[in-house]
Amino acid sequence: MAEVSMVVNGRTVTRTVEDRTLLVEFLREGLGLTGTHVGCDTSQCGACVVHVDGKAVKSCTMLAAQASGSDVTTIEGLASGGELHPVQAAFKEHHGLQCGFCTPGMIMAAVDMIARHGGGALDEATIRAELEGNICRCTGYHNIVKAIAAASETMAGMKTAAE
Amino acid sequence: MKAAAAGYIRANDLPHAISLLEQSRGEARILAGGQSLIASLNLRLAGETALIDINGVAELSGIELVGEQLRIGALTRHRELASSDLVARHVPAIAQAAPLIAHAAIRNRGTIGGSLAYADPAAELPACMLALDAQIVVRGPAGERRVRAGDFFVDLFTTDLAEDEMIVAVEVPVAVAGERQATMELARRSGDYALAGIVLVDRPSGVRAAFFGVGPTPILATGAMAAIDRGASPDEAAALLEGDLQPLDDVHAPAAVRLHLARVLLRRALAATRS
Repeated sequence: MAEVSMVVNGRTVTRTVEDRTLLVEFLREGLGLTGTHVGCDTSQCGACVVHVDGKAVKSCTMLAAQASGSDVTTIEGLASGGELHPVQAAFKEHHGLQCGFCTPGMIMAAVDMIARHGGGALDEATIRAELEGNICRCTGYHNIVKAIAAASETMAGMKTAAE
Repeated sequence: MKAAAAGYIRANDLPHAISLLEQSRGEARILAGGQSLIASLNLRLAGETALIDINGVAELSGIELVGEQLRIGALTRHRELASSDLVARHVPAIAQAAPLIAHAAIRNRGTIGGSLAYADPAAELPACMLALDAQIVVRGPAGERRVRAGDFFVDLFTTDLAEDEMIVAVEVPVAVAGERQATMELARRSGDYALAGIVLVDRPSGVRAAFFGVGPTPILATGAMAAIDRGASPDEAAALLEGDLQPLDDVHAPAAVRLHLARVLLRRALAATRS
């Protein structure tokens, strides 16, 4: 057993877990944060993407014990004060989902993608290439791509306004 | 499925990691990025094993120029390889290979040491090491030794590492004036393991072409290389690959398809380095 302590969505949590507990199991079963989904548990589908110390990772391929001491953000931690994150708002506006299973991972990957490219507006080719690690079996990706493009424009505008 | 890990311990520093490895007598495995290891524990492809987490071992990180070599720490993430100016300038084959590895979220975790120790025959970085004639720096209880990439990859998922040794770094010769490098692959889907891939290092003194996905280890195409150095055309060199490579039939592609793709890649890579 391992004692793990980490900050999840701004809150410090400490638990004793089995050594083999995956980060995604810890989030879902330990903390009840079921927004992070498990599709394949072999790092192919991207449904379990969360941010660890600001970087997107597949939480099915990392042990909870490895994340001890880290700062973790899940889909539940993106909105602030009842206001959706711009990427969440864009997925809603552009209907970037059907069944919604892949959506948390898509959104967490999209936030990481926009940040990694410097916060500027992203073109369609970049978004499609970057989405290689997130599988959606409903939408054909088209509205997901539109939502991420729109969110990246909104966020580029916010960044410019802030400077 | 629940992962089959039987124990987890964080190494504080390199001597601690080596000592844990030695004490485990082959029962423990080094956990770096975990992007293949944890997935295989989830799939129960890897048996019950204790894990020695080296992610906190600071001396395993970092990229630095040491004389005519670029020394890359074993814990260097694929994302860092893709964005490093030193890598782009001195070993462009690695800079080109890094974005081809899996997906962004995996590149954020996966490490060069992990990729080399795992030795997947379709992986990009082992072929980079072979084409670049890099040395793998490994350490065990008896100390440190250097293994040339050509001697390191022994067979399918099998390396020259002893059970009490771990990779600490790689040392890669930097590109000389006039040298061109190209890494290319063909996969069914973006982010998949390649059906075939090439790392071409085109030095004024001679060419080295390492292929991946076409045999049990990365393979140096010595016949084609010698022909290119003698002035053979890309088509003539590509025709010799049948004698150089050992593609296997598998569920993803028949051997003949992989050989064909290797020929296509050799022509494309030569076009890129000699354009």
